[in-house]
Amino acid sequence: MLKRFTTDFTVEQNESIGVDYILLKLKHPTTLPDMAPGQFVEVRIPDTSGTFLRRPISIHDVNYGDNTISLLIRKVGNGTNLLGKLKKSDIVNLVYPLGNGFNLDKAGSKPLLIGGGVGIAPLMLLGRSLKSRGTEVSYLFGARSADGLLRIDAYKEIGKVEVTTEDGSVGTKGFVSDHNWLKDNINQFTSLLVCGPTPMMKVVAKAAKAASIPCYVSLENKMACGIGVCLCCVTETKDGHRCVCSDGPVFEVNDLNWD
Amino acid sequence: MNIDLSVDLGKGLVLNNPVMTASGTFGYGYEYDDFIDVDSLGGIIVKGTTLKPRQGNAYPRLAETPHGIINAVGLQNKGVDYFCENINPKLKKYKSTKVLVNVSGSCVDDYVATAERINELDNIPAIELNISCPNVKEGGMGFGTSCESASNVVKAVREVYKKHLMVKLTPNVTSIADIAKAVEQAGADSVSLINTLLGMAIDAERRRPVISTVTGGLSGPAVKPVALRMVWQVSKAVSIPIVGLGGIASATDAVEFLLAGASAVQIGTANFIDPTISIQVVNGIQDYMIRHNFTSVSEITGGLLV
Repeated sequence: MLKRFTTDFTVEQNESIGVDYILLKLKHPTTLPDMAPGQFVEVRIPDTSGTFLRRPISIHDVNYGDNTISLLIRKVGNGTNLLGKLKKSDIVNLVYPLGNGFNLDKAGSKPLLIGGGVGIAPLMLLGRSLKSRGTEVSYLFGARSADGLLRIDAYKEIGKVEVTTEDGSVGTKGFVSDHNWLKDNINQFTSLLVCGPTPMMKVVAKAAKAASIPCYVSLENKMACGIGVCLCCVTETKDGHRCVCSDGPVFEVNDLNWD
Repeated sequence: MNIDLSVDLGKGLVLNNPVMTASGTFGYGYEYDDFIDVDSLGGIIVKGTTLKPRQGNAYPRLAETPHGIINAVGLQNKGVDYFCENINPKLKKYKSTKVLVNVSGSCVDDYVATAERINELDNIPAIELNISCPNVKEGGMGFGTSCESASNVVKAVREVYKKHLMVKLTPNVTSIADIAKAVEQAGADSVSLINTLLGMAIDAERRRPVISTVTGGLSGPAVKPVALRMVWQVSKAVSIPIVGLGGIASATDAVEFLLAGASAVQIGTANFIDPTISIQVVNGIQDYMIRHNFTSVSEITGGLLV
């Protein structure tokens, strides 16, 4: 397991993306430690009457050149809205890097990275890491409408990108499961690496199972500690209750009780 | 000036400093090795352990509330045999910090059998008897809410457990001082208080409880004033040492508990917010002692000027 730290970062940039999202770039005071794609950070939030716990946020991107880490965040509640108000030079404390990321060795030569909504966030570092190993990266992203598809141009620098929207405003109309990559051409892929809403991931998992393709999903649950001690974020697995934070967040779908 | 941070809780349990970590908030200690030198804490109290493995309650188990949380974990653990064989060997690396096991059960026989197993472990100088967990259907808090049942389970464990016996009390009672007196008379060497307050959180939009068990245990800074009051009341009622906990998130909080009558403290929920907080509290208590010319922690205990 990679060594974990608690460190004060400095806000380098806090960019709004549409109404609901921010891209928060944080600078480490010295040299960033190693982090794996699919791992997450626990962000300290001011203790207001509506926010007490840290917020678990997946690592979107890492730049070891300028020692910055980027978080792509959807503003859904009090805590993430407070993060939206951060200004350049503000200090943010992180506990990181947490959890087990995606196993790059098991992705095979042509993985399909599937993201739904803000679930696309960890797929940036994942795609970059796979590409640097010479792996051919393909992305399939789903959103309600065009404005829910984030940073598509940046993803296109890493691999081929296909999109679906529920309202049909861009790409294939419907869910990711309606795209022909999953309907008719799933066998071209060596694995499915997925992060998004649970119903979406369950549909993808079913398609993977039918085609006998390995499928790894990144789960999200309410967390307190982030390091496997409070036992609050458990999910049902074949091995009983396991912590999403420390046993996951990435699980092989066959280990989960999703059938 | 020589500052002595050590605390003697009696019956062979001497802590290098008054700061322990609360059961269920610190795992087995080694989860925090990346963040702090766990061996420089006074003590760690490992996750609640039962005779048989327990899966715990269904998800969701956590609600965030004003300045605190409500949990409904329900004593998920792999049982005392697994602890003794697979976990305890990993705890032997801690040479200075005292490792205590929090023991829980759903009937007196379970408590006794679990305590007997722990009694065999040379590196564990004490147990914390949990008669105060609000998140299990049988046992747990049920034992800690009447003087008679609390006394019965403590007496039974006392017969088989030869080392330091700390009893963790629930705040969900009419008079915690009466319960404390009962467990003292039954043979407890110390009491720790408070466990979580029974609480509830509701999601109004969905018209549903936030956690699967509807009610759960409230902890964090929100409970600190209640915990302080109870430590104060119990300190007037018993002569055995008191270990104070409930919402401690700073060295100042910890000193307040000592002044109210505690001999040592436990850090709980604050570990989730800052994994280094326990060590910060150790250092902060030392700073307080220097500023106030205290040379030993026992001089602070019960030192409230009223």
